Amino acid sequence: MQLAFCHTFFKLLNHQIQRLWRLKYPLLGPEVSTSFYGNMADVGKTPVARNEKTNSEFGYVGIDAILEQMRRKAMKQGFEFNIMVVGQSGLGKSTLMNTLFKSKVSRRSLMTSEEERIPKTIEIKSISHDIEEKGVRMKLTVIDTPGFGDQINNENCWQPIMKFINVQYEQYLQEEINIERKKRIPDSRVHCCIYFIPPTGHCLRPIDIEFMRHLSKVVNIVPVIAKADTLTLEERDFFKQKIREDLRANEIDIYPQKEFDEDAEDRIINEKIREMIPFAVVGSDQEYQVNGKRLLGRKTRWGTVEVENTAHCEFAYLRDLLIRTHMQNIKDITSSIHYEMYRVRRLNENNTQPNGQQAIHANGVPEHEVLSHEM
Amino acid sequence: MGLVQYVLVTEQPGEGARGVPLSGHVGFDSMPDQLVNKSVNHGFCFNILCVGETGLGKSTLMDTLFNTKFEGEPTQHNQPGVQLKSNTYELQESNVRLKLTVVNTVGFGDQINKEDSYKSIVEFIDTQFEAYLQEELKIKRTLHSYHDTRIHACLYFIAPTGHSLKSLDLVTMKKLDSKVNIIPIIAKSDAISKSELTKFKIKITSELVSNGVQIYQFPTDDETVAEINSTMNGHLPFAVVGSTEEVKIGNKMVRARQYPWGTVQVENENHCDFVKLREMLIRVNMEDLREQTHTRHYELYRRCKLEEMGFKDTDPDSKPFSLQETYEAKRNEFMGELQKKEEEMRQMFVQRVKEKEAELKEAEKELHEKFDRLKKLHQDEKKKLEDKKKSLDDELNGFKQKKTAAELLQAQTQQAGSSATLKKDKERKK
Repeated sequence: MQLAFCHTFFKLLNHQIQRLWRLKYPLLGPEVSTSFYGNMADVGKTPVARNEKTNSEFGYVGIDAILEQMRRKAMKQGFEFNIMVVGQSGLGKSTLMNTLFKSKVSRRSLMTSEEERIPKTIEIKSISHDIEEKGVRMKLTVIDTPGFGDQINNENCWQPIMKFINVQYEQYLQEEINIERKKRIPDSRVHCCIYFIPPTGHCLRPIDIEFMRHLSKVVNIVPVIAKADTLTLEERDFFKQKIREDLRANEIDIYPQKEFDEDAEDRIINEKIREMIPFAVVGSDQEYQVNGKRLLGRKTRWGTVEVENTAHCEFAYLRDLLIRTHMQNIKDITSSIHYEMYRVRRLNENNTQPNGQQAIHANGVPEHEVLSHEM
Repeated sequence: MGLVQYVLVTEQPGEGARGVPLSGHVGFDSMPDQLVNKSVNHGFCFNILCVGETGLGKSTLMDTLFNTKFEGEPTQHNQPGVQLKSNTYELQESNVRLKLTVVNTVGFGDQINKEDSYKSIVEFIDTQFEAYLQEELKIKRTLHSYHDTRIHACLYFIAPTGHSLKSLDLVTMKKLDSKVNIIPIIAKSDAISKSELTKFKIKITSELVSNGVQIYQFPTDDETVAEINSTMNGHLPFAVVGSTEEVKIGNKMVRARQYPWGTVQVENENHCDFVKLREMLIRVNMEDLREQTHTRHYELYRRCKLEEMGFKDTDPDSKPFSLQETYEAKRNEFMGELQKKEEEMRQMFVQRVKEKEAELKEAEKELHEKFDRLKKLHQDEKKKLEDKKKSLDDELNGFKQKKTAAELLQAQTQQAGSSATLKKDKERKK
């Protein structure tokens, strides 16, 4: 059943890719249809509905060349993407990052063996890489959170992470409201947060629910079932169903959020994705020989789990979602919805003290406002 | 797959990055396509401002450029001032939707006194910037669905005199060059011969340079278009001819203007620079024009406006604000100050009144005193006079008494005398 879904998903993806391809070859003899729209500033004449002229071969104006111009500009500027991984230690976060981006981007690759310890508090480590593929440059930042969920008492474990995310929003906001601001504001906001669920096979644990409940309001969360090669297909389906129920019951909105679907086409694609979430993934950065091909996988005595085989695990779907089809959408939702919400909160907070002075206590110590990034 | 080696990694967020080689196809090379796709769904908008005297063929050129018939009748020549008329159209070509806004200056150059002609244009451009700034500073804003009305390109139509720029042109362009991308074009250039045209163009460019007017330069930093852009930069200002009428040349219908002595073909590069203009404006640099407007002209406007309102970046307690609130805050401040000033003035007034009253009272007192003194003096005098009168009366009485006494005495003596004589007489007789 799942395979059928996957096939339709792939067909739709294909359709999208074809649509993109058609952008490169516009039809000759454009339909330049004009509809008189309306007036802006000063008084204009009343618009007269008019018929479009049918055009001849040389009627090509060249408006669609703007797509090429945009593409050029994007290639020149490069892209930025900030991804955060959250989960207990030992769930394969770093390996998955390395597998996703086919290179050693995680902090494990940079650590020496002396640092192999579980930290006493949650640390936030962010590492940036410049990667390039077919002329497209990307600055990828992987933000790791060692120590999450590893303590005995994990109360408020989500707080440092929430604070970090809000600090990034704050940095961006401060730069944006500067009088002299940079041409391109460096974007360090967390675009996507991958949450690793341990493969218990039952249901979500309280820590999972707490974390996702709090964070889904400020960042796009993509939950994945880590180390999914310990679950059989039936166990996997059951587990996923339970997780989806739990998410619904707790009103946790994970990416892709239902309310941000733009049109019917989007909704169809996103519904398919929502039915597959959370993705059951297996990560590996080692290649093995399978059927004469070298593939990434995990070799065990009873067989080799192929990472990119959709029959074995859903890594390929995750990669396609995050990188090949929805990366821009993820960034857009971060900047136009999460960031805007933060901004609204922050500016409303400032309303109570319009002259920008902090209230002073009687003993001369300035009152500490509970700022939104510390909530 | 690329291999880029950079500096050593640092673990600070955002700072420094190192290049890592990819060992397989990741797939983010579809990012430009994703971005383009999103833009296509969203649609584009482009705003052109046409500045030039009436009758230079602005509307016709717009029609020719975008291959449609936009406006109605040509405008009159008797406008009292320069007005700006803007119209928005939705064009679509293959799958690209463009919201095109064409703004025309109506009545530019028609007045007798043209000193203030540029003002309404500058005001219009500033209004569009202001609208965007307001939207950007709102608390709840919708920037991604905001219809951008800022002017992306200004086509400045130069009359084909063949000599040099008019002073109105120079003044207007100087005022506009820091607010909008100016592309000067020579209108109705079929009135100028080829040799005159080269001289004209040289003259115009040298005048622009010597007056410090910064016109829009096509960008030469991207290798794919650097060459064509730099060649085109040398052809500025473009000498264009516009026409929406079609004429049969050979076996094709071309857009042209037909004269008894020949036909000027609009799309023939030997006849005019229309094709160059279309290439540059639409097919190569539309996106760059939009970007320059946003990152250069708009930022300049925003900086000036915010500084004017008194904001500084170095304020240590500066927190995010919204234009609305700041206006409120500033207005309240201003009202507070106004009230304070009013109070002060009122107090000063009261004080002055008091002072004046005191003065007046003083004066009154003085007058009273004076009056009293005079009265006293008067009384003294009167008394003296009465005394004198009395003494005089006494004297008079005394005198009168003396007189009566003297008279009496005289009468008595007379009597006595007479009696004495009588007595004497008697004696004698005896």
